[in-house]
Amino acid sequence: MKTVYLDNNATTRVAPEVVEAMLPYFSDLYGNPSSMHTFGGQVGRAVAGAREQMAALLGARPEEILFTSCGTESDSTAILSALATQPDKKHIVTTRVEHPAVLALCQHLERRGYEITYLGVDFKGRLNPDEYAAALRGDTAIASVMFANNEVGNVYPIQQLAEIAREKGVLFHTDAVQAVGKIPMDMTTLPVDFLSLSGHKLHAPKGIGVLYIRKGTRFRPLLRGGHQERGRRAGTENVPYIIGLGMAAELAARNIDREQSHVALLRDRLEHGLVNAVPDAVVNGDTDSRLPNTSSIAFKYVEGEAILLMLDRLGICASSGSACTSGSLEPSHVLRAMGVPFTYAHGSVRLSLSRYTTAEEIDYVIREFPPVIERLRAISPFRGEQGGPAGSR
Amino acid sequence: MWDYTDKVREHFVNPRNAGELPDANAVGEVGSLACGDALKLFLKISDDGRIEDARFQTFGCASAIASSSVLTELIKGKTVEEASRITNKDIAAELGGLPKEKMHCSVMGEEALEAALRNWRGEPAVPHAHEEGKLVCKCFGITDAQIIHAIRENNLKTVEEITHYTKAGGGCGECLDEIAEILAAESGKPRLRELKPVTPKKMTNVQRMQLVMKTIDEEIRPRLETDGGDIDLVDVNGTTVTVALRGRCAQCRSSLVTIKELVEKTLREQVDPAITVEEAQA
Repeated sequence: MKTVYLDNNATTRVAPEVVEAMLPYFSDLYGNPSSMHTFGGQVGRAVAGAREQMAALLGARPEEILFTSCGTESDSTAILSALATQPDKKHIVTTRVEHPAVLALCQHLERRGYEITYLGVDFKGRLNPDEYAAALRGDTAIASVMFANNEVGNVYPIQQLAEIAREKGVLFHTDAVQAVGKIPMDMTTLPVDFLSLSGHKLHAPKGIGVLYIRKGTRFRPLLRGGHQERGRRAGTENVPYIIGLGMAAELAARNIDREQSHVALLRDRLEHGLVNAVPDAVVNGDTDSRLPNTSSIAFKYVEGEAILLMLDRLGICASSGSACTSGSLEPSHVLRAMGVPFTYAHGSVRLSLSRYTTAEEIDYVIREFPPVIERLRAISPFRGEQGGPAGSR
Repeated sequence: MWDYTDKVREHFVNPRNAGELPDANAVGEVGSLACGDALKLFLKISDDGRIEDARFQTFGCASAIASSSVLTELIKGKTVEEASRITNKDIAAELGGLPKEKMHCSVMGEEALEAALRNWRGEPAVPHAHEEGKLVCKCFGITDAQIIHAIRENNLKTVEEITHYTKAGGGCGECLDEIAEILAAESGKPRLRELKPVTPKKMTNVQRMQLVMKTIDEEIRPRLETDGGDIDLVDVNGTTVTVALRGRCAQCRSSLVTIKELVEKTLREQVDPAITVEEAQA
């Protein structure tokens, strides 16, 4: 059975060009980039090349790129650095819809005596910029707002939010893990101080991330014990993965127009196809400001895990904000923050595409998905008026 | 991804007896759309009390659908008397086991069966246990009676297990302390019953004091410690015992319940029925 992979917000396939670029660094080119000899030095130059590729994707300078192990490390590094360099400031502003990498860290800091403002969102998951501006105070160490939401795909007005922070003298961090490579961004005009990204969301492997740190921003490292990354992250560089991420960044820059011209069109086709075919289905999130690849749809009267397992049997990979998939008993914090009624939230399914998604795959899903909902609704007690094919089979 | 048995998967994909039963003479409904799972069980029971047919409608995850499906297979052809002895354990066993986080799906099956049989007997839809019980988990509407039932039925040992089986405490988490109290009170009971009564006819004040200390050390403290709490004996004045709760118990909103239900009850059983326990004023 063919796999139709529509879970690219969870992770992406590693681009074949990326694998190819990495391979020599697992075998012949195993030198340490810090070594004095030519053998290691050539690896050092390759790492510098990858840094330039990454900087080019972001419109940043190479020295503003810090390679980390993952998006979570980047988030922690940025926020903890802001606290360490401003010990008198004990307040953080963030949102209720952040990824756990930021949320759980903030909750941890809260228990350590920091005050956290968690900004709420409206029913479409939108932030109120005025509320955000009012939350920034003299003792606010950092504001951290995600560039785009992983569950519903909302893209937040980072330009505006970062400008407000800058006016008020507050450091600004954005978790751009879901946005980099899907939305063009340019650090020369986007006034963020820190930006986190993760390799495996843009067709590089798992285990590599980046923290962009604007030049001139005061910084304290998370890891000490070596001069690597100009003393900002100790530890021998993960060379093959850095090379891979550099190649992934170059591919992303080359393909970023396709995100709007190809991916977004397929996503819309999928979304319209499903919502038109299935009654009582609604799209979650802000369709006016959304990632090109993400669709979150809530199906009333059915439960998300059951949908996912049925789709799995058809080779379709998706994800859900339902409680049952995670082992918790409540729907996702994002859907709850948006006030999506529980009656819908339990039946929410996230479909996330990539530039590798094909029209044939989308048409297959449009064809196979609606009967899954129909079948589950036929055995659900909440659709008695439909009658239908309910009965033993 | 959940580690479901092949049987769970099979019943999920090909549920038996799904759908409405038009000539049902007993219907049991549990759960709701908001809770994330719900089961409506239809039974056709003959005049001599045999379940001739059973069908279900379920809103929920794969394990909820599979639990409902095997439940109908388990009860078909059984007498009401036989069916009423089926518990969530039978449902889970029939499926070859369920992930522990999913045990509440089997409990839902048992509750729907109970509700349907009540319906057939002409009793109110809500079982006495729910009516009489005190609401503990407001998120999922679970009473102390339901929690105690699940503890006894499945020999539950931790608060986490109670959440897996009943969903209680799985929402906002505000009732977790209260669930811990119920568990402490429950887990204390059988152990106490096994112990022979040690109340001497006449005790001196010193003997009573020593026995109070011994009981606190050996009986009460270990139970509080399992919940991250502790207890200090402050004073014994005749039959009035003054204690202070420490650790997690000290912040517990239901510390009074702990003192009355656990400390006082234990001391009355082990030392002297006349004992009253008071909490030391901070």
